[in-house]
Amino acid sequence: MLEPSILLPAAINGLTMGAVYALIALGLTLIYGVLHIINFAHGSLLMAALYGVFFLYKLLGVDPYAAMAVLVPAGFVAGYALQRSVIGAIKPGRDQNVLLITLGVSIVLDNLAVYFFSGDTQTIDTRYSLEMVNLGVALVSLPRLIGLGAALVFTAALWLLISSTDLGRAIRAVAKEPHGARLVGIDVDHIFAMSFGIGTACLGAAACLLLPMFYVSPHVGQVFVLIAFTVVVLGGMGSFTGALIGGLLIGVTESLGGLIFGESAGQLAIFLIFIAVLLFRPTGLFGSRLS
Amino acid sequence: MRMALVIAAACAVALPLVVTSDFWLGFCITVMLSTLMGAAWNVLGGYGGQVSFGHAAYFGAGAYTAALLGMKLGVNACVALALAGAAAGLVGLLTGYLSFRYGLRGSYFALVTLAFAEVLRILAGAVDWSGGGVGLYVPLHVGAANLQFASKAGYYYVALALGAGALLVGWAIQRSRLGAWLVAIRENEDAARALGVHTFACKLKAITISAALTGLGGAFYADYYLYIDPGIAFGPGVSVEILLAPIIGGLGTVWGPFVGAIALQGAGELGRRLLGDAPGLSLVFYGVLLVVMVKFRPDGLIGLFGRFARQRPAHA
Amino acid sequence: MLEVRDLTRRFGGLLAVSGVSLSVASGEIVALIGPNGAGKTTLFAMISGFVTPDTGTVRFEGRDITGMAPHEICRLGLARTFQIAQPFGRLSVRENIAVGAHLRIADRQDALRRAEAVARQLGMERLLDQPAAALTVAGRKRLEVARALATGPRLLLLDEVMAGLNPTELAEIVPVLRAIRDAGVTILLIEHVMQAVVSLAERVYVLNQGRMIAEGPPAQIATTSAVVEAYLGQGAAQRLGGRAVAGAVP
Repeated sequence: MLEPSILLPAAINGLTMGAVYALIALGLTLIYGVLHIINFAHGSLLMAALYGVFFLYKLLGVDPYAAMAVLVPAGFVAGYALQRSVIGAIKPGRDQNVLLITLGVSIVLDNLAVYFFSGDTQTIDTRYSLEMVNLGVALVSLPRLIGLGAALVFTAALWLLISSTDLGRAIRAVAKEPHGARLVGIDVDHIFAMSFGIGTACLGAAACLLLPMFYVSPHVGQVFVLIAFTVVVLGGMGSFTGALIGGLLIGVTESLGGLIFGESAGQLAIFLIFIAVLLFRPTGLFGSRLS
Repeated sequence: MRMALVIAAACAVALPLVVTSDFWLGFCITVMLSTLMGAAWNVLGGYGGQVSFGHAAYFGAGAYTAALLGMKLGVNACVALALAGAAAGLVGLLTGYLSFRYGLRGSYFALVTLAFAEVLRILAGAVDWSGGGVGLYVPLHVGAANLQFASKAGYYYVALALGAGALLVGWAIQRSRLGAWLVAIRENEDAARALGVHTFACKLKAITISAALTGLGGAFYADYYLYIDPGIAFGPGVSVEILLAPIIGGLGTVWGPFVGAIALQGAGELGRRLLGDAPGLSLVFYGVLLVVMVKFRPDGLIGLFGRFARQRPAHA
Repeated sequence: MLEVRDLTRRFGGLLAVSGVSLSVASGEIVALIGPNGAGKTTLFAMISGFVTPDTGTVRFEGRDITGMAPHEICRLGLARTFQIAQPFGRLSVRENIAVGAHLRIADRQDALRRAEAVARQLGMERLLDQPAAALTVAGRKRLEVARALATGPRLLLLDEVMAGLNPTELAEIVPVLRAIRDAGVTILLIEHVMQAVVSLAERVYVLNQGRMIAEGPPAQIATTSAVVEAYLGQGAAQRLGGRAVAGAVP
C-alpha cells in the first residue's frame, strides 16, 4: 500500500491539485493582505467563473485554456465592480459587517446557480482531458500538469506585478497604511477595488485550469472555499509564497491522506490542519504583508 | 408594555384554535424554531459580539443526540431533548474553549467555527453507526411523551415554549451582569479586561448557553421533520439560516430574533408565492436580504421601530 | 502599597523598559513623567498585567502580582485607564461606568445607581445618557477615570488623563483628582502637563529611554540637570546655567 509506485503518483496528483488550490488562494490572500477582509464569496465567485468557462466551451466551443483570455479580464471587472458597489461602500463599523456582506454575496451567487442550473454536476470532455504524460516515475494527466505550470507562472506574474510596477507599489502602500496612502494622493478606494479585481481575476484563471480536470456544479464553490481559507491561513495571510507552498502542501496532504486513510480522512485532515494553524500559529508559515 | 405582553402571550397560546390550516400552523412552527435558534445565536453574536458561522455544529449535535438516544437507547423524548441541549452545550464549551483560549476573534473566530462544523459534518458522514451519509430516519410514534403529535398544534406548543423560553433567556441576560460584561467585551475587549471582566469566562458562558439552546432546536427538528443527515444537520446552510434572523431583526436586542424570524420566513414565503417554488430562489432572497440589511440597517429591523428603538442593545 | 522592582521589557530589538523600580505609598499622589517614548505606558501595562515583564517583580499590597492577568489585578484593587481612551462606544456614559461598577456589584440596577454616583463625583451627571462615542476628548478621558473608579480600586493608574484638555478643563479636573485621593484612592499618574504634575503630585519619578533617571518632589525634579537634559537635550542644563526651569519644561 505504501510503495513508491502508488505513493508517488498520488503525491504528484496532490501537487497538481494543490497548484490550483494555490492559484485560488493567491487571490484570497491578496484580497486579505490589502483590504483586510476575509472574502467569503471567493468560492462562489470561482463557481461563477467555472460556469463561465463551461458555457464558453459548450455554446461557443472555446477551449478552456483559450478562455483565459476572456475569463481573466471578466473576473477582474466583476471583482472591481463588486468591491466598489457592494462590499466596499458600507458604513464604517464592525468588521463583521464586511464578513456578513461577503457571506450574503456568496449565498446569492450559490443559489442563483442552483436556480438556473439545478443541482447537476457537469463536466467537459476536451480532446486532451484524458491525455496522460509520462514523467518516468509516474503518469500524470495533461490538464493537471498544465495547471501546475500555470499556477507557477501566475504566482511569478503576480509577484512581479506587486514588486515592480507602480500599481504594485500603490497596492503595497495601501496595504500597509491606507490613511497615509490617501494623504499621498493614492485613490485608496480605487486600489481596493483593483486588488479585489486582481484577486477575482486569479479565480478566472483558476477556473480555466480547473474545469478540464474537475467538474462544475452550484455547490462546487463550497468545496473550494474552505480549502482556500486553509491554504491562506497555513501559508500566512497576505503572503504569495505562502499561498503557493500552502496550496501544494494541502494538495499533497489531501491526496496522500485520502489514499492511505480514505477519502473523508483526506478532507478531515485539511480542516484539522486549518483549526490547528488558527489556534497555534495564526500567522501561518510565511505570515507577513504581501511578500 | 406589560399589558401588551400578556395579550401577545394569550394570542400565541390561543393561536391553534384560530389558525387551523396545517400550512399556516407549520409556518408558525418554523417561525418559532427560527426564533429559538436566532435567539441562541444572538447570545454569542449579538450580545457577545462573537460572530459564529458554524452554529450548525451545535444544531447537528442536538439533532443527532436526540435522534440516536431515542432510536438506539429508547430514551424518552423529553429527556432526550434535555440531553441534546446538554450535549450541544458541551460541544459549544469545547469549541469555545479552544477558540477563546487561543485568542481567536473577529474573522478568525468565524472561520474556525466554520471549520468545526465541517469537521463534524465529515465525521457524521463517515460513521455508519449514526447513519453515515445516508442519514437517520426518525421513527414516528405519536404521543406527547415522544414529542411527536398527530396534529401540528402539538408541535406548535412545543416550538412556542422553546422559542419563548429562548427569548426569555435573552431578556434575562440583557438585564444581568453577564449581559453587561458581554456587551462590554463586544464593544472593546481590552477595556473590559482592564475593568476586571474575566473575558474568557464570560465568552465561554455565552457560547455554552448559545450552543445548548441551538441544540434544543436541533432536537426538535429531528422529532418534527423526522429525517436528518450530515448535510442537513451540520451543513453551512443551517449556520447561515440561524444567523440571518437575529441580524435582520436586530443584534443584541431581546425581540430582534423574533422580529427577524417573522421577516425571514415571511419573506421566504412571499418569494415562493411570487417566484414559484424553484429550488434556491428563497435562499437568493435571503442572501440579498442579508446584504441589504447589513449595508443599510446594521442595527436590524428593530432599529426602525421609532419608539422601540430606545430598546438599544443592552439598555436596562 | 505598590512596589515595583527592576522591571525590564524588550520588544524585539527595542529595550522599552530597563531595570525600573518605583514605589507608591498608600494615600499618595505620585507622578511618572518623561519624554515621549520613554516607556511610561509600557511600565503601566506591566504593572496592570497587560504585558508580562521579562524580569523584575510587581508587588501590590504585599502580594506578588507580576504576570497576573489584567482582570485579576483589577479585582485586587488596582485599576488603570488607557492613554488613548477606549470607551464602549455604543453604550451610554451610565452604562459604560456601570461595567466598572459590576466588578463588585452583581445587581444591574445597583450597578447603574453606583455609576450615577461615580459620574457625579467626576462632574459628569449631565452626560449620563449620552452615547460614549459622542463625547469630546475631555469627556472620554473623564469617562476613563470614572469607569476605573467605579471598580472600587485602592490604587488608580491614570495614563495621561490631562492630555488635550484646555486650561478650563484642566482647572476643573485637578481638584476632582485630589478629591478622589482624599476619598481613599491612591493615585499614580503619567502626565505631560507639568502644571498638573506640580499642583497634584507629592513625588515625581522621571523616566527616560526606559530608565529611571530621577525621583523626588516636583520642585526638586524640575531643577535636576538629568531631567532637563532628557527633555531639552544634552548640555541643556549647563547652557541654561542651572536656573530653576519649572516653567520652561514642556
